[in-house]
Amino acid sequence: MHIIENGNVAAAMGIRLCRATVIAAYPITPQTPLTEKLSEYIDSGQMKAEYIPVESEHSAMAVCIAAASAGARVSTATSANGLLYMHEQVQWASGARLPIVMCVVNRAVGAPWNIWNDQQDSVSQRDTGWMQLYCADHQQIIDTVIKAYWIAEKSSIPVMVCYDGYILSHTYMPFDLPEQEKVDLFLPPFRPDYVLSPAEPANLNTVTLPDTRVDIHGELAHGYMEIRYLLQEDLRNSLELIGQAEQRFSEIFGRGTDPYLEDYLCADAEYVALGMGSITYQLRVSVDALRAEGIKVGVMGLRVYRPFPDEAVAAALQGKKGVIVFEKALSYGYEGALASDLKAALYDRLAATGALPRVRGFIAGIGGRDIRTAELTSSLRSAIQETTHTGPLWIGLNL
Amino acid sequence: MGTRNYRRKTSHSESGPGDGGRTGSWRVERPVVDRSICIPARRGKEACFICWLFCPEIVVSRTIPPTIDLEYCKGCGICAEECPTKAITMMDEAKFAQEGKE
Amino acid sequence: MDKDYLEIRWHGRGGQGAITAAKIVAGAAFASGYTGVVMAPSFGTERRGAPVMTSLKISKTKIYDLSPIERPDVVVVLDHLLLKEADVTGGLKPGGMIVLNTPAGHETYAFNGFGLATADVTAISVEAGLPHGMVNTGIIGSLEKAIRLLGIDILIRGIEEEFKTRRPERNSLAAKLAYEHTVTGD
Repeated sequence: MHIIENGNVAAAMGIRLCRATVIAAYPITPQTPLTEKLSEYIDSGQMKAEYIPVESEHSAMAVCIAAASAGARVSTATSANGLLYMHEQVQWASGARLPIVMCVVNRAVGAPWNIWNDQQDSVSQRDTGWMQLYCADHQQIIDTVIKAYWIAEKSSIPVMVCYDGYILSHTYMPFDLPEQEKVDLFLPPFRPDYVLSPAEPANLNTVTLPDTRVDIHGELAHGYMEIRYLLQEDLRNSLELIGQAEQRFSEIFGRGTDPYLEDYLCADAEYVALGMGSITYQLRVSVDALRAEGIKVGVMGLRVYRPFPDEAVAAALQGKKGVIVFEKALSYGYEGALASDLKAALYDRLAATGALPRVRGFIAGIGGRDIRTAELTSSLRSAIQETTHTGPLWIGLNL
Repeated sequence: MGTRNYRRKTSHSESGPGDGGRTGSWRVERPVVDRSICIPARRGKEACFICWLFCPEIVVSRTIPPTIDLEYCKGCGICAEECPTKAITMMDEAKFAQEGKE
Repeated sequence: MDKDYLEIRWHGRGGQGAITAAKIVAGAAFASGYTGVVMAPSFGTERRGAPVMTSLKISKTKIYDLSPIERPDVVVVLDHLLLKEADVTGGLKPGGMIVLNTPAGHETYAFNGFGLATADVTAISVEAGLPHGMVNTGIIGSLEKAIRLLGIDILIRGIEEEFKTRRPERNSLAAKLAYEHTVTGD
């Protein structure tokens, strides 16, 4: 059944359909309507869960960690400085191997203070050991939330579901509301290996030595390094899980795309634009305009940022003359984060072939500056046609 | 025209009229002071000035009687709420627009 | 006016219900076969009484471009006093339509190069039994009279559905009356 609602409501509906039982969140623009909707669902009885109001985002994540450790399916949501405030606990959650699903409604980080969209918040957390999935429209938001729980619980790794603040969170568009029975079929109840229990007391995530140790059963237990290695290994292996999730979802709900990349006219393209989130859909308009001029260009929307699907990305871009990255975040002091990650993947996977696509980067929409489609189109055209490009170039800057 | 030569590299807003625009246009109600009840107005001397003290935007003057700068008064109603003698009433802005008063 | 792709910009005041009006039209358009509808309120800090804008894009195919409307086909102005406070016709395409809630007569306005549809939606809404100032359902009737896109019946159904616990018949009556009384100058 199609409904017309905003992106925050789409996310809240996804969380409700997944039967999360604990929500701990602190309001922050532009996430607030999401948490308000969840508290309405819980208050009205539509959702059988506990809403734990906390005084800060750090506490929100701390409560999520505790509740997940006790076996609850938990969710939270935040943006920008809220995500940064919980950063210490964000790192904790992944190291603790807890399948928390968190919606990040992408917003610019302070200073200066800004409530509008860019992706610096989640992108700055790319090293934390959480998975990061990006959505380009409301159907993707609700579908990705549902897939996120399955992936998280199968891997015991937390997942961020990221979507653009205001542009998606507050904008209304039609999407199909998945049926509860199908969601229940896709996502079985959460059954963790170990649940905090007085009957089997344990000390979780205690001080862990640099070296391995012998436990009370005489077995050799991990040192810190092994635990961290296993997180990394399981994250990399999750690329396959993400593929399985897409396959299962498509069997049950009848819709799906490539799990890692959303492709528009890339097959015969000589140049490919690359991005994450709603900008990748806007780029389709630019691609259509340039195709009409005879330029063979396509756009690829990256749906999974962490774990980075380097093999899939390199395979898709092999043989292309150039890749033009459009992003709303950077690793300050160097360059656009996605551009860096892309170049590393291309170098590792394709350098031996002797044919590396040229990579150019643009920064756009920082602090919610409107991205005019005409500017996007001319930037894409100039990156394809001109040979000099010292990047990244910032679109729409007024300096 | 660009901002390259702006004197600061940070976001820096100083107190002064108009940095937030003509906030008087935001008003839905305006404060009206009844001078027969207002203490400094009645006595002709410096007294009270609670309205001036509480106004978050400093649009109430510390004068006898206190006056309201309607260019920037947002109509928050705090002055009316805090006035100890209830000398200030919040009145519908639309009434003043219709009567051609500004 | 391209009936396969239309951009409508709504000008109202915070708290006046422009978003709800746009949402109702979006729903009716979607139900009529417009697969692509995107409705975006002004993004940012809000306060009651301040001029706000809502954008509505309607298309026969899915809309991929969510950037702000630059050249609307139609502007809907929920309160004639906004004409002085906001640039309501900014970017309006030549020959574009202005839908205006005003007590003044159609003939008193001179918007050269644009079409104009007027109605005293404020008075009409009161006549329909709504509180003074609740114009967001009535204005939908004026819009339909001006652009004849979806037919008034589907909009009436959308209004009654949206307002099902809040005087649905009065709200749909406001739209019907506004539809009948809107002057388009044709």
